[in-house]
Amino acid sequence: MIEPMAQANKQRRPDWAALVIAAGLMALALLVAWDASRLGAGGAYARIGPQTIPYAIAICLAGLAVWTIIAAYRHDFPERDQQDFPPVLWIVGGLIAQMALIRYAGFSIATGFLFAMTARGMGKVSLPLALLSGILISAFVWFVFARLLQLTLPAGPPEHLLTQGYELITAPFKAAPGSAT
Amino acid sequence: MDTFALLLQGLSVAIQPINLLYALVGVTLGTAVGVLPGIGPATTVALLLPVTYKLDPAGSLIMFAGIYYGGMYGGSTTSILLNTPGESASIVTALEGNKMAKAGRGGPALATAAIGSFVAGLIATIALAFLAPWVVKFALAFGPREYFALMVLAFVTVSAAFGDSALRGLTSLFIGLTLGIIGIDLQTGQARLSFGIPDLLDGVEVTTLAVAMFAIGETLFVAAQGKRAPETVEPVRGSLWMSAKDWARSWKPWLRGTVIGFPIGAMPAGGAEIGTFFSYAAEKKLSKHPEEFGHGAIEGVAGPEAANNASAAGTLVPLLTLGLPTSATAAIMLAGFQQYGLQPGPLLFTSNPQLVWGLIASLLIANLMLIVLNLPLIGLWVKLLTIPKPWLYAGILLFATLGTIGANPSVFELGMLLAFGLLGYGLRLFHFPIAPVVVGLILGPMAEQQLRRALAISQGDVLVLFTSPISATLLALAALALIVPLILRARGKGQVLAAVAADND
Repeated sequence: MIEPMAQANKQRRPDWAALVIAAGLMALALLVAWDASRLGAGGAYARIGPQTIPYAIAICLAGLAVWTIIAAYRHDFPERDQQDFPPVLWIVGGLIAQMALIRYAGFSIATGFLFAMTARGMGKVSLPLALLSGILISAFVWFVFARLLQLTLPAGPPEHLLTQGYELITAPFKAAPGSAT
Repeated sequence: MDTFALLLQGLSVAIQPINLLYALVGVTLGTAVGVLPGIGPATTVALLLPVTYKLDPAGSLIMFAGIYYGGMYGGSTTSILLNTPGESASIVTALEGNKMAKAGRGGPALATAAIGSFVAGLIATIALAFLAPWVVKFALAFGPREYFALMVLAFVTVSAAFGDSALRGLTSLFIGLTLGIIGIDLQTGQARLSFGIPDLLDGVEVTTLAVAMFAIGETLFVAAQGKRAPETVEPVRGSLWMSAKDWARSWKPWLRGTVIGFPIGAMPAGGAEIGTFFSYAAEKKLSKHPEEFGHGAIEGVAGPEAANNASAAGTLVPLLTLGLPTSATAAIMLAGFQQYGLQPGPLLFTSNPQLVWGLIASLLIANLMLIVLNLPLIGLWVKLLTIPKPWLYAGILLFATLGTIGANPSVFELGMLLAFGLLGYGLRLFHFPIAPVVVGLILGPMAEQQLRRALAISQGDVLVLFTSPISATLLALAALALIVPLILRARGKGQVLAAVAADND
């Protein structure tokens, strides 16, 4: 006899997560409308200017927010599975570490941290080993993409070392035709 | 020139050694990402866009198309052997394919999937070649209002017509449209939704959004599921060859799958997965062995696998002839064209026939390469499935950020990558579809452009949208595609639509 009670209780209570989504959509609608209100019209006789579409989008977003509120009360949103948050935090932390390090430490070290923390988040791995392999793989990737495919990837100490090593090895080959003349 | 002459001319472009190499790289990468869970063709093309910036346009586009086709082949392997679809167009394949693998018939299942993909790819690519010039002729009559109406139709079909909820589909679409207005308005030079941040003036990069939504969002989502249901790879036992009976039971589903998949891909109706569901349903109905369905019926693998390849070819029809992407992968391929200053559409067929026909012809070659890659080398791809999850996803994120850093090495861009990645995770958590966000971002600004052009011509008269028969018809279709599913769902007949949910690629 407890079950129908719980059922009824659940029915009466709105889906809070869905209400948060609705609030987010409404906030987004207000933001878009506020931004559009600052825009000037595109000339005197343009009846449709840069602000027209943003206003239309804002109205639709507000409509969707209302629709989401109705769905929240009617429990139209599917059930969510239980989420395991520590792995998510490891990966987000990895992305933040990469962001913080990339300017100063270069691509390999920064991406090595991302690599190691992602691996740690997805399963039981040794962090130092993952960090070392991450930095080595990233350095290899950096070399292929930055040196051979000429992509602009930020360089740090490991990259400078790699470039110098590469120059040192290839120097004799480059010097050979020059010395012949 | 007739289509045959153009196609032959295209072949002469496609068999240049460098283009063959691009095609080979494309199909190999495509098969690999199709096999790997958590990364699909859309993500891969997005990752490669910044890397290929300095390469030859024709070669890169040939490679992208190869990735798209390859993804359709590779996805079946994961579905059959792991019961985890490598990409969304292979979900149905898992139903029967994995049962076959468990019963020791993994070899014939893989074979019928690969040969079916080949047959469908071949027929559908030829259909693409013959249909494209016809659509181009038709599209030359299109003005801004017709294009706008066409895009509205694409918005509705991609977001609201299929899937389990019009509300969530439309919400995803409008998130994409909102992201699309960020940046400088091209007609008046005013900054919109930029809040004085210089990094936002150029708008949100499609590649950043796609990589974040698909690669990072998916990684976070998989990580949050923890260690549920350990995955076991079914070993391929016995012969890869199909028996005479397998052939007899497969060839009709292949052809039916092609006939179902191609038009669905070609209409602005969303990705390759929708055709696979229809094909599965058709095979189940027509089969002489309906009792085998659910226990490993070969028709249930042959039909949907043919349908998803035919859809992939079909998707290229609106993309090449109208510049209209109807799936996430097509949307990113459109970004690929734009990266080289090319705008797909009727004009591209006259201004750059070498490129268009070279691309179409290379698809025929890619298809040949794929059957070789996928049948004899199947063991190699199965090995990919044994990469431990931590290393696999660590590698995926490494390459995901590589593309963004390569395109724009700024901390701000990486911050957007993280923010959109979290958004992608949140959308997955609440069962919002992802593709409409990407399609909205790329198609939204184009639709706005066309609407403003149409209204500038008519001096602001909105009625002009309904006075052209073509645009009125398209808008009416869009309204129907929005309203009919709503009524169906309200009357409790939504399961059919939920079953054909268009999701990732």
